[in-house]
Amino acid sequence: MTTTTSELIARCQALFDDLNFTYAREWKAAVPGRIVVGYMPFYVPRELIHAAGGLPLGVLGGGDQLEVIQGDAYYQSYICRIPRSTIELGVTNRLDFVDAMLFPSICDVIRNLSGMWKIMFPHVKSRYFDVPQNFRDDVGGDFYIHELNELRDMLAEVSGRAVSDDAIRASIALYNENRALVREVYAFRAREPWRAPSAEVYLLMRAGMIVTVEEHNRMLREYLAAAAKETRPRRDNSRVVVTGAFCEQPPLNLIKSIELAGCYIVDDDFMLVNRWERSDVAQAGDPLANLAAAYLHNSGDTSAKYEPDQAKKGLYLVEAVRRTRAEGVIFASPSFCDPALLERPMLQRVLAAHDIPYIAFKYAENSGQMQPIREQAGTFADSIKLWSNP
Amino acid sequence: MTHPNAAQVIKDSAMLKQKEMIASNYSKLETAATDGRKVAATFVPGNLNELIMCFDMLNNLPEINAIQNGMRKKTGGYIMEAEKRGHSEDVCTYVKADLGMIAKGNIGPDGQKLPAPDLLLLSYTGCFTFMKWFELLRDQYKCETAMLHVPYQGDGKITSNMVSYVVKQIKEEVIPKLERVSGVKFDIDRLRENLARSARAEEDLVWVLESAKAKPSPIDAYFGGVYYIGPIFTAFRGTEDAVEYYRLLRGEISERLARGQGPVTPGGDMSHERYRLVVEGPPNWTSFRDFWKMFYEEGAVVVASTYSKVGGLYDLGFRHDPDRPLESLAEYCLGCYTNRNLPARIDLIEKYMDEYQADGLLINSIKSCNSFSAGQLLVLREIERRTGKPGAFIESDLVDPRYFSPANIKNRLESYFQMIDQRRAGGQSAARAV
Repeated sequence: MTTTTSELIARCQALFDDLNFTYAREWKAAVPGRIVVGYMPFYVPRELIHAAGGLPLGVLGGGDQLEVIQGDAYYQSYICRIPRSTIELGVTNRLDFVDAMLFPSICDVIRNLSGMWKIMFPHVKSRYFDVPQNFRDDVGGDFYIHELNELRDMLAEVSGRAVSDDAIRASIALYNENRALVREVYAFRAREPWRAPSAEVYLLMRAGMIVTVEEHNRMLREYLAAAAKETRPRRDNSRVVVTGAFCEQPPLNLIKSIELAGCYIVDDDFMLVNRWERSDVAQAGDPLANLAAAYLHNSGDTSAKYEPDQAKKGLYLVEAVRRTRAEGVIFASPSFCDPALLERPMLQRVLAAHDIPYIAFKYAENSGQMQPIREQAGTFADSIKLWSNP
Repeated sequence: MTHPNAAQVIKDSAMLKQKEMIASNYSKLETAATDGRKVAATFVPGNLNELIMCFDMLNNLPEINAIQNGMRKKTGGYIMEAEKRGHSEDVCTYVKADLGMIAKGNIGPDGQKLPAPDLLLLSYTGCFTFMKWFELLRDQYKCETAMLHVPYQGDGKITSNMVSYVVKQIKEEVIPKLERVSGVKFDIDRLRENLARSARAEEDLVWVLESAKAKPSPIDAYFGGVYYIGPIFTAFRGTEDAVEYYRLLRGEISERLARGQGPVTPGGDMSHERYRLVVEGPPNWTSFRDFWKMFYEEGAVVVASTYSKVGGLYDLGFRHDPDRPLESLAEYCLGCYTNRNLPARIDLIEKYMDEYQADGLLINSIKSCNSFSAGQLLVLREIERRTGKPGAFIESDLVDPRYFSPANIKNRLESYFQMIDQRRAGGQSAARAV
């Protein structure tokens, strides 16, 4: 029986709405010895978790459905929302089945959260996962391979079994397939955005934070097949890239509002981990060296990653605009997000130099009032249609 | 306590010496172009001053410029200028004060034009914002940039992998760029000499900071402490001037200690020590003296502070080591306070609470500084739980005068001091935080 987009997206929506992570709980309970490893944005090598017999679980805050009560007691008003809702998830036992947590090197808030986790949840193995900002194989590469080895050891300790090179190679193959399919979905949406509404693509990608990679690969294939068959009206929308939302996620309604206001989102940075490596990670040879090489030389760009070459600063965004034939960029950043907000003026300068229009606004994961967003995005879409060069 | 007016404040020899040193560095920066001196801009935590000196380069520190401008009430305008130019109201005000100053002609705190740097030496230690700050400066100056990525102590320890990574970067990235920009060849013996001088100054600094274990404390380790750490955190670590400064300072503090005197404050000698505090977090700079006054008027002395460890943590035994020059620089960078994970920071504060016989912990939470601030409410809880001593939490900012509310802070401090009194009197039901 063929799955329709609505059936598939309904499943993704249910996964998205479930803040008790029932899928992951059931997955773990199904086979003794399975482990679940939570990770925060923007990137961790999920291959290692998978190779350790684990389920990588993306922990992306509590969204707009979680009432944050205790989490607020840990943070001042001028700190973003994702750490407080993540703490809320922890202290309300919604993550009590998680065996280990990884906190990637994205900003000082998430970095410090790694230490808070050690204190608040001492029975959970937690690790700050550092990535190199030096991109030479013999410098940053050596450091990173060592970090990967330490992570491998930690996962072996948590799972109680060694993580072999062969197992990592097999996981790399699965994630290569996953990334290829994710790229295909993004390319499909950029080609025919009316057939792949961004809220659907978002939920589909978000499912990849929860389900096994094998299952996500199936879902991506099914979506591509089903979406191609959909007949949906093609609107005279402007094509935009959304950037700055790589950590604390926007409410789903915000994504819908942007499209309702007349903008097709043709590229975004919502969940970079899904497509961090831009092409396949090599499978032959030392798998950790291959993961390191992919990180150093074949990974995406975001403000948490240093750009050594001033001349290349921000060009990835220009390239995304060109590749997807976008007509403008929306900077949508969480309030108090240091990486996104410090980066923004530099990216805006680069866009201005390339005559690419942009607008900017801030949100929180629990923002409820969408009217201002709709008005801003609508005005932006109109201005593109009226004033941009044909 | 005596209260001489400002004109009557007598500056000690060490204070005069530091003033001369700072003025001299700004003076050298102003004439760098005519003197043919190259300039490196770099940050306080994880700075490589001994290495920079090997290349005859001058050291310009954007954070120090922001602090100096903050104390001179100039940063409010600079921050607004940066915000007008598109920088978010949510981000670090050091960054905006610096960018605003550049936008308004790059006139330094002493009223003279600062030179454009020849090299941006980005020591990415303990603070994510540093990386973006230097990318923003690179966008302005279009000059050579050397990145030194210092890994975070996520598990609260320095590993050999971390040291090796930092050393390789110093060898492969930093030194070649310093050589290229300066035209001076690297001489490791010169570095060893500089590091030996650093270690001598560090020894005296630690002695000074630890003098606060005495009752009464002869120093204030936060408000006074920011003066004491000035030379060693900035352009002078590794110089004879710094060695001389700390020798003078130690002598002066020894005398105060022998005489049983309290700290010197802007209001004169503090005669009666009523409260001994540990403070976590940086101070506010735009109302620095008003802020300090709220403490010394109540007889509150800060006996230990974490801010005085942000540019180097020496009281746990680390010293720059001429026998292991590059490794020692790496360990220095890795060991700075905000590069330690939260459990290690809490352990350190607990140790201070105990060893310095503090009455409580005060956290000055800085809006601009997530590196310090994120997690501080947990720090407060943990310290209270472990020590049974009361904590207090106030909020301000580094150099944005809009975020310093004197009445509010004074109220909180007064309530906090009352709470300490109650606790001393045996009242166990004092509120946990004010």
